[in-house]
Amino acid sequence: MNEKPLLRVRGLTTEFATSEGAVARALEDVSFDVLPGKTVGLVGESGSGKTTTLMALMRLLPASGRITKGKVWFNDTNLLALSEHEMRDYRWKSMAIVFQGAMNALNPVMKVGDQIREAILLHDLMDRSAAEKRVRDLLEMVGIAPARRDQYPHQYSGGMRQRAMIAMALACAPDILFADEPTTALDVMIQAQILQLLKEIQKALGLAVVIVTHDLGVVAEVCDEVVVLYGGKVAEYGSVDRIYNHAQHPYTQRLLESFPDINNPSETLASIPGTPPRLTQLPPGCRFEPRCHVKINRCAEVSPPLLEVEPGHYVACILREGKEANFQ
Amino acid sequence: MARRDYLIGKMGISLLTLLFVLLLDFMLFRVLPGDPVRAVIGRNVRISADVQNSLRAQFGLDKPIFPDQFVDTLGQWARGNLGVSWSQRRPVSEILISKLWNTLLLIGLGQLFSIIFGVMLGLLAGWKRKTPFDIGALTFSLIAWATPTFWLGIILLVAGSAWFGLPTGGIVSPANIGKPLHTVLPDLIRHLILPTLTFTILYLGEYMLIMRSSILETLSEDYILTARAKGMSNFQVLMRHGLRNAMLPMVTIIALNLGFTVSGAIYIETVFSYDGLGNLVQTALVKQDYPLLQGAFLLLAVSVIVANMLADFLYTYLDPRVKAN
Amino acid sequence: MSDHWKLFLRNLNEFWKAFRRNKLGLVGGFLILTALLAAIFAPALTPHSAVDIMRDSNGRALTFASPAMHSPLGTDDAGHDVWALLIYGARISLMVGFLAGFISMFVGSSLGIIAGYFGGAVDTLVMRVTDILMVIPDLPLMLVLVATIRQMDLKVSPLSVLILVIGLLYWTSAARLIRSQTLTIKERQFVARARAIGAGHWHIVRKHILPQLMPLIVTNTVLILSTAILIESGLAFLGLGDPTQPSWGTMLNFAFSRSAISNGAWWFYLPPGIAILWVSLGCILLGNVLEEMMNPRLAAHYLEGDKGMIAITDKETGL
Ligand SMILES: Nc1ncnc2c1ncn2[C@@H]1O[C@H](COP(=O)(O)OP(=O)(O)OP(=O)(O)O)[C@@H](O)[C@H]1O
Ligand SMILES: [Mg+2]
Repeated sequence: MNEKPLLRVRGLTTEFATSEGAVARALEDVSFDVLPGKTVGLVGESGSGKTTTLMALMRLLPASGRITKGKVWFNDTNLLALSEHEMRDYRWKSMAIVFQGAMNALNPVMKVGDQIREAILLHDLMDRSAAEKRVRDLLEMVGIAPARRDQYPHQYSGGMRQRAMIAMALACAPDILFADEPTTALDVMIQAQILQLLKEIQKALGLAVVIVTHDLGVVAEVCDEVVVLYGGKVAEYGSVDRIYNHAQHPYTQRLLESFPDINNPSETLASIPGTPPRLTQLPPGCRFEPRCHVKINRCAEVSPPLLEVEPGHYVACILREGKEANFQ
Repeated sequence: MARRDYLIGKMGISLLTLLFVLLLDFMLFRVLPGDPVRAVIGRNVRISADVQNSLRAQFGLDKPIFPDQFVDTLGQWARGNLGVSWSQRRPVSEILISKLWNTLLLIGLGQLFSIIFGVMLGLLAGWKRKTPFDIGALTFSLIAWATPTFWLGIILLVAGSAWFGLPTGGIVSPANIGKPLHTVLPDLIRHLILPTLTFTILYLGEYMLIMRSSILETLSEDYILTARAKGMSNFQVLMRHGLRNAMLPMVTIIALNLGFTVSGAIYIETVFSYDGLGNLVQTALVKQDYPLLQGAFLLLAVSVIVANMLADFLYTYLDPRVKAN
Repeated sequence: MSDHWKLFLRNLNEFWKAFRRNKLGLVGGFLILTALLAAIFAPALTPHSAVDIMRDSNGRALTFASPAMHSPLGTDDAGHDVWALLIYGARISLMVGFLAGFISMFVGSSLGIIAGYFGGAVDTLVMRVTDILMVIPDLPLMLVLVATIRQMDLKVSPLSVLILVIGLLYWTSAARLIRSQTLTIKERQFVARARAIGAGHWHIVRKHILPQLMPLIVTNTVLILSTAILIESGLAFLGLGDPTQPSWGTMLNFAFSRSAISNGAWWFYLPPGIAILWVSLGCILLGNVLEEMMNPRLAAHYLEGDKGMIAITDKETGL
């Protein structure tokens, strides 16, 4: 339990310059840990900043994006203090990512095997023939016949492309794998297969995983810890057991209520009345206040700090009691 | 399988185009006023009515136009018989062949330089979007696009001869005509500089613009982000993943542009009195030498059609997706 | 007037507001406008006509005279005033270019709409014809056509032949664009609805499809004008213009064939070229800006943004 976190995200704050000239604060003060070999689930409705979090961690935000505050400790290195050149060594070798909607994430004019091998050779991990062998092993591991390394992405089905992306993500044996909704856009059968695959791989390789999903069933099934994002802020953060059985934040509670059956993972988050806040005009108080069913007057005035209600269980709601979070 | 279908489809279009060109060329010959015999033997040759009639029979002109005469003509063309030039009294095919290589040399050099530099500049401009380099390159291309080919040629001709003493016309100096190639090579190169430069500047701008927008589109594809996530530097991503994908539309455009390079050759050869097909076309036009004009049209059109067919073929090798579609 | 057209007019106002902000577009508009004004008001801009011959006090023609007060751009080989030739030439060049451009746009739009709207065999036919026309080298084709038509003793003026040949050969790319846009519009709800309530084809095209195609058609017309003007100048330079009604291309043909270059008469061969460049650059700038306004390019691509992504003021505290 006292194991040192692999990745410590501290106060991560991200802004986008919108086309109208306004600034959208997509993430504010996001903090969480990723322990070696464990899985963290990032949940929240569309636009809550899940993808932005992963992209900021990889330092791959689009040109309009800025990281304005925070630290990202990978072991003892602050990734945000590195030069772009130094950062490149961490990409794929330390942390790899499977993108959201990865259907077009493979280069259409390059053989799939070559694209996987490219990552290995890029980081000088082994010689060509060893890399070639690894490509075949990786494909086999994700359930693709090694003979298909010479095919092009368009010859793969959607599910196979996703598997190939996972194989590619594992190519450099990263410490952390970011998986951004790895199963959306796939049919239910394939979704289950991909999740199963991720779980097996994680067990076999002792990989830490950060998985983004809309699907609370998936969270219950594969995660050790959960970060609930609302409007770019952490609403609640704790172990999967605490979140599912002792949720403290009204938003999390609503989420869980609207999610009928944990054993029926095909259901996605049902909607809560109201809409998320506009990131260009954030309210001074709690971001969930307009939609909250237990709000008091003060909720509209003060922004709730993240409170530690139990060791390792954090909630951003002024109705709860606890000491203010102080991450190490 | 699918690649074969794709190629058969493209080939079908090419054949259709070819047929259209042949028919057009044939028809144009027929609509000229006066007796077709005149068109074949020349305007100013005096002959009696009897001879004329026997010639009619000999050329098959007493037969119906379709299909007999058309098929006859196609047969003649296939055997390289394109008639006799009115102004030069020589077989058209002989004249065409004597000029062909000069034009190929000019077009080849011009295309080579403009493609190489156009692709390079377009790639850099798109990558470094909105930098002074990009804006400069864009301005240059737009102006090159808006400039009449022949006028640029005139300007370069004046400037090149006044400031650098470069020759203004011909393909070698008069004294060197007829000498073996290797002895006149430096002279030939000096003569080629200005026409090639004109060619390059004009098409460079166009290729740059197309390459720029093509690379901009490519760099917005998800696989580019994947490549960056792998830890590649921007330059590596550009060269390994951007270039090849952005080149795909270029291949098609370059092929389609072959028709325009022929236009370029006609203007540039005229301005620089360069002894090629373009200049020949212009002379034939001025002298109203129709057999020569139509023969040249046939040769140019057929070459472009065939080159297009080759480009389609090449495309199937460059883009693996063609197999699927 | 249908609601769609009213909407179109209202959009026009908004469009102007957005357009004004773009300098390149304004420059393009300025270039075109000045050329048009010069052509329209030619008689007011010069005391001479294009056929007047400048003479010295002895009555001899001033040939290849360099620019001076009485003829600001000097004279040509026969003593004509180049400035007068230039602005009267604008009338010919712009007329041929614009008419040819409008014809090709009209043909292209009509065929594109017909092909896209009706689909099926008509569509295939139109597309095959564009395929064919796109591959045939255009200049040789035009030269052969113009030369042959001239020879045929038809009672058509040389300029009309030019206008028709250019106009009837350059519609292919417009037809393709308009066709694919028509296909997209056809897929939309209200077209299906209009069909369901039994609206006629002509009605649907006029009320629903055409208004939405307008921006695309206008943009392409502007771009095609530049092509038409360049082509006209090229054909005229090669000697296919009307020598009695000299356009800028014809002027360059004269300058080139009557040794203006060896006489160092830059005032004869520079201005017409600059004029052609002026107008065609104007069309290209304007057209590109319109195009950009219709489909704004992506804000940025994936190789931008690494610089300045980390905007943390104090790296130590992370604030
Ligand atoms: N390039 C961008 N420019 C401006 N705003 C952006 C950009 N990318 C994301 N945003 C904004 O940032 C917020 C967070 O977006 P993000 O993609 O991280 O959400 P998400 O939680 O991944 O949603 P989803 O479940 O739909 O994937 C959104 O409100 C979005 O509008
Ligand atoms: Mg997302």
